[in-house]
Amino acid sequence: MRIALPQSRRTLLLMAVLATLMLLLGFVAVRSGPLAPVKVTVVRIEERAITPALFGIGTVEARFTHRIGPTAPGRVASLSVDVGDRVEAGQVLALIDPVDLDQRIAAASGSAGRSAALEAAAASQVADASARLALARSEAARGEELFRGGWLTRAALDQRQQALAAAQAGLAAAKANQAAASQDRSRTGAERAALQEQKANLRLVAPTAGLIVRRLAETGTTVVAGQAVFEIVDPAQLWINARFDQTRAGGIAAGLPARIVLRSRLETPLRGSILRVEPVADAVTEEVLAKVSLDAGLALPPIGELAEVTIGLPARGRTLALPNAAIHRIGSEVGVWALRDGDLEFVALKLGAEDADGWVQVLDGLARGDQVIRHSARPLTASSRITVVDKLP
Amino acid sequence: MISLAGRDILHGWGKFVLTGMGLGLLIGVTLSMAGVYRGMIDDAQALLDNSGADLWVVQKDTLGPYAEPSSLSEDAERPIRAMAGVDRAAGVTYLTMQIAHQGKDVRVMVVGAEVAQPGEPGQPPHLLAGRRIVQGHYEAVADVKTGFAIGDQVKVRRNTYRIVGLTSRMVSSGGDPMLFLSLKDAQEAQFEKDADAIVRQRARTTSSPMLNPPGNPAVAEAVNAAQASSTNVNAVLVTVAPGADADAVAATIRRWQRVTVYTRAQMEEILVDKMIANSARQIGMFLVILAIVSAAIVAFIIYTMTIGKIREIAVLKLIGTRNRTIAGMILQQALGLGLIGFAVGKIVATFWAPFFPKYVLLLPADSVRGFVAVMAICALVSLLAIHAALKVDPAEAIGG
Repeated sequence: MRIALPQSRRTLLLMAVLATLMLLLGFVAVRSGPLAPVKVTVVRIEERAITPALFGIGTVEARFTHRIGPTAPGRVASLSVDVGDRVEAGQVLALIDPVDLDQRIAAASGSAGRSAALEAAAASQVADASARLALARSEAARGEELFRGGWLTRAALDQRQQALAAAQAGLAAAKANQAAASQDRSRTGAERAALQEQKANLRLVAPTAGLIVRRLAETGTTVVAGQAVFEIVDPAQLWINARFDQTRAGGIAAGLPARIVLRSRLETPLRGSILRVEPVADAVTEEVLAKVSLDAGLALPPIGELAEVTIGLPARGRTLALPNAAIHRIGSEVGVWALRDGDLEFVALKLGAEDADGWVQVLDGLARGDQVIRHSARPLTASSRITVVDKLP
Repeated sequence: MISLAGRDILHGWGKFVLTGMGLGLLIGVTLSMAGVYRGMIDDAQALLDNSGADLWVVQKDTLGPYAEPSSLSEDAERPIRAMAGVDRAAGVTYLTMQIAHQGKDVRVMVVGAEVAQPGEPGQPPHLLAGRRIVQGHYEAVADVKTGFAIGDQVKVRRNTYRIVGLTSRMVSSGGDPMLFLSLKDAQEAQFEKDADAIVRQRARTTSSPMLNPPGNPAVAEAVNAAQASSTNVNAVLVTVAPGADADAVAATIRRWQRVTVYTRAQMEEILVDKMIANSARQIGMFLVILAIVSAAIVAFIIYTMTIGKIREIAVLKLIGTRNRTIAGMILQQALGLGLIGFAVGKIVATFWAPFFPKYVLLLPADSVRGFVAVMAICALVSLLAIHAALKVDPAEAIGG
């Protein structure tokens, strides 16, 4: 007996070791590797309020940018403002070198004076011709009376009448001369006015009050016609030119509220709203463009700064919803793995709007309280064995 | 009734179990090595499985997108989508890069996939936690092996992305975990130059009289704008419609779009036979050597174990035990040792597999093969031991 006891104890020990080993082996064989059940988490379909949101990015832009430049080529003579200056409407910003414009104005003035003198000469000629005409007229009348009395020959009368006709023609010629001189005077006057206008145009003037944001040429630079020297914006009139992915942009409309995060102010989101949705989308980037206005009370952000814009679309009310992690596509059908009596079944669904937290509206295919697989440790198939756990991984 | 082998094992059971465990650790190493080899192949397969594609459309005459760089314009998918037999097509970008995260570098493959609809080719097929990408920008889904957690902010090139979901087994053929971004974000990460490079490029453009002609300042602006934008993808992933023949669809795309198209089989060949061929063969060679060494060690252990008991065997023979009984005892012991060794090996291999940096795949079929091999070696070696035992002179029992 005394020998048998250790013997059986040894047997028991060995058996215990072997049994543990076999149990572990069994556990390992079933619980690991490709044969192991897939750990999953499930979610119960409930009603939720879905507030779809639309996310886009854009840049801060000025609503109106005035590019001020000369209408004719010229060299910049002087600049009186710099970037960051605030200007008033009508303020002179820069002068373009007039080159020979002053001399041309002087020449035009000279020819205008000459035209005036010529006009005065023409007026005297008219007066002279009028005097001649009056003399010729009285001489002709007197000649007729003398002819009727027989005191004058017909030849002498004809001579006086011819002198009258000549005086009449002389007056008409003098008047025409005067009209021509007067036309010439107004032409040369207009020419001088045009040159003066041109000179005025060489002064670059702010068309509106605003802020100088760019100074694109310096003194001495030759600029072409239409090339901007300054850019002026109205800092009170900024908006965000935002772009939204076309596939999600359905429902975007003017007036929707927007949450704007500027890249330099990540912690302080701003409020705004969609001012207008552009009728023309960007065909290359496949994005819808919209202008988003900022609510008042904003210190000036750098124009061109990147902004993230989240648009709140109209809420859909309470509706059946599921998390988008549960959605899979098999073949051409979109659906979820539903847990029915402990078995997996792929259920095709009709889905609606999606909100920013990834909840998707279920239009058809599931009922309230249905359980679907939310997360899984591996891709699932209809024959997958599963273990439901609370949390992965 | 307890057998002779059992009695003998009980006699020195501690030694027997410890020998078995030692043997088991060796078998465990061999199984792990097989797992490393399988894992390597599986990484390549997983890359193809996870992309969800039947066809890969890449730049003409390249082995892209995994084995060679490939670049297509983004809208290349449109005409493909319209072709007969094509179900869905989606552009995708791949870029392996290093990301700094919480003070250490993580090597990831950044994947840009179309995120608008769930289940588009290129998206992760399942999630471990969190949600899919909803916003078109600045959200990411990471493989759990990156070590990122939901809510983490990671910086990829210029932008910061928030991790919104985790997935698993999404690796490149080199085993780098994947980070999924929306296609536009990933294009930016891949093709957009850093700010310094852009500034320098602008300066270069401005100083070139051809690109910045005097008297026409608009040209330089246009050139800069043209240089800054890129809408390329590395490949277009295509799924074929049910019932359509993938090879036929591939041939049509190849013919009319003048691009290179790979089917699943061809892609597998590129990945397995071309990309990882050498490293896989390296591991395979090591596995073969390890298996041979393990077999030799198992053989030596069993043989020396029998030889160590030669005096007891002589006594058994002296008291008239039949040869069959002795042979049975040795065989049973050898098989028992093999069984314990295999069990321990399988268990330890399973438990230490997750700690390997790369994926270790322990296939049940490999385990079965390993089991058969262990048992066969044990049986074979025990024949040698039996031969030695039967040759022993019973006189040795009293002679020594």
